[in-house]
Amino acid sequence: MRPKTPIYGMMAEFTDAKSLVEATRRARESGYTKYDAYTPFPVEGLHQAMDVHHTRLPMIVLAGGIIGALSGFGMQYFAQVIHYPLNIGGKPLNAWPAFIPITFEVTILFATFAAVLGMMALNGLPQPYHPVFNVDRFEFASRDHFFLCIEADDPKFRADETRSFLQSLQPREVTDVPW
Amino acid sequence: MASNDQVQPHPQTARLDKAPMIQPGHSFGSITDKISSIVLSRQTPVWWFIGFGIAFLMLMMLMNAIGYLLLKGIGIWGNNNPVGWAFDIINFVWWIGIGHAGTLISAILLLFRQAWRTSINRFAEAMTLFAVACAGLYPALHVGRPWFAYWLFPYPNSMGLWPQFRSPLMWDVFAVSTYATASLLFWYVGLVPDFATLRDRAKNVWLKRLYGMLCFGWRGSARHWYTYETMYLLLAGLATPLVLSVHTIVSFDFATSVIPGWHTTFFPPYFVAGAIYAGFAMVLTLAIPVRKAFGLEDFITMRHLENMAKITLVTGLIVGYAYVMEIFYAWYSGNIYEMYMMFNRAFGPYWWSYWALVLCNIIVPQALWFKKVRTSTIALFVVAMFVNVGMWLERFVIIVVSLSRDYLPSSWAMYSPTRWDFMMFFGTIGLFLTLLFLFIRFLPMISIFEMRTLLPEAQVHED
Repeated sequence: MRPKTPIYGMMAEFTDAKSLVEATRRARESGYTKYDAYTPFPVEGLHQAMDVHHTRLPMIVLAGGIIGALSGFGMQYFAQVIHYPLNIGGKPLNAWPAFIPITFEVTILFATFAAVLGMMALNGLPQPYHPVFNVDRFEFASRDHFFLCIEADDPKFRADETRSFLQSLQPREVTDVPW
Repeated sequence: MASNDQVQPHPQTARLDKAPMIQPGHSFGSITDKISSIVLSRQTPVWWFIGFGIAFLMLMMLMNAIGYLLLKGIGIWGNNNPVGWAFDIINFVWWIGIGHAGTLISAILLLFRQAWRTSINRFAEAMTLFAVACAGLYPALHVGRPWFAYWLFPYPNSMGLWPQFRSPLMWDVFAVSTYATASLLFWYVGLVPDFATLRDRAKNVWLKRLYGMLCFGWRGSARHWYTYETMYLLLAGLATPLVLSVHTIVSFDFATSVIPGWHTTFFPPYFVAGAIYAGFAMVLTLAIPVRKAFGLEDFITMRHLENMAKITLVTGLIVGYAYVMEIFYAWYSGNIYEMYMMFNRAFGPYWWSYWALVLCNIIVPQALWFKKVRTSTIALFVVAMFVNVGMWLERFVIIVVSLSRDYLPSSWAMYSPTRWDFMMFFGTIGLFLTLLFLFIRFLPMISIFEMRTLLPEAQVHED
């Protein structure tokens, strides 16, 4: 895929979390829509500043749990009632209370996988390459610095205007993010 | 994950939280460097080689014991008729119980917003995984022909056979395998952001690539963190009932049978409390030497040790209550076999195990009422060792003493373990310690990104 823009975006580096949250809010208020912040830990209030309020993950986990419960019980019912009925002292074949522990465990198992795989899918991971890694100082994003990147395919993106906007946020420095 | 309790502390809370969760003077960078340098350093301390060497020798002893077991069969163990369950189930329950503290720390304390859990959760989760690995060995080997152990799992087979899902032993298979899988996933996704940190800090290009693959290309995007935190909370919510269910189901192995001393409804809560009790004692046993050896007193402070000591005391009291209730049930049942079981425990041929259990699990841990004991690492370590032994004895008392004398005096028999039993047991301790030594050397044993959130600079507040 050929990139449509000459660079991926423009990145500002901040040394504290508070400035980043403020900068992110200013970016959103200035009308930017395609941007992302990069932090060494989950910063409280950052997703509100970005106006990200919703994730489908809880629904995915709920679906995983329901599928798990149905398949856990269904497997036991199929095995002990339909496929291989064993009559032990005339006890009922569909001994549902005895099926509950395994149903519960399979529910948790499926929901756990749904949570982890769902998080990876929603986040687009694993993603071995990403342009932000081209910025030399980006290695500090996993240590103690905070980054805001405005992407070049943002309709409001103009190299000079965006640069001066980012400069106005008083970052440590502003750099281009090459492809 | 973020802690709210530092924000405008309530006067009462402020007093309780006097001891810090992290020593003052640290910054994001110093936390990162301190924890990641343990992993990335080229120099391995001498004591690590000594400890690893001893653990590895014990692991080799386990290999020997398993090799001979495969050759000869389980007749090499002391198990007999009627004591068909002995060391293998004692050790299985002991190890599984130890694992429970890890999940409690990582999941339940997260839901309760106990920020102090942060510096010990990674370590405790690793302990869970390794303990479950040790536990899993026993039932797999006890089936007699371990190469058919996969028959326990429901898979389409040409024989058209299914496992018996109405059996508590099958419930166990599902509970333990789900527990192992869920704990592994929880632990691994917790490591992902830290792998990204290691990727960015590693100098060696191959190491960089390795960590880059392990972290799935994590880049700390705010959108990712949002989903990640949601997932972490959901996983904690799932792991909490899971951990309670696992020891409940383990206790069903006993409670659904009709052996005197086993057939009681209070086994699930009794076992869960015992598991947490044993687990916290084990976390203390491991954390006290490790924090000393790596100089991590800044991160695993006295506050952590004291909090863990308090949980140990509380769960120990619940366990003590359960012991009293066992006596009460035996008497209240009016059943001669139940009453004899209790008499036999205290005054029968295995009397020593019962009284040693009372000493280790009830009497010695009362020392934890005293702040002097809770704030002395040596005293805490000693108490924790007593609890480790006591919880092992508890399973010995429940399993061996009940089985050796059940209903018919003509079928009574004494049990004594053979050297293979002991080699297996100490061998699994070797397996556990070997994995632990590898873990503390090659993976960040404290969650770096969660530690960063504990710093005051991490709090962003709109005024």
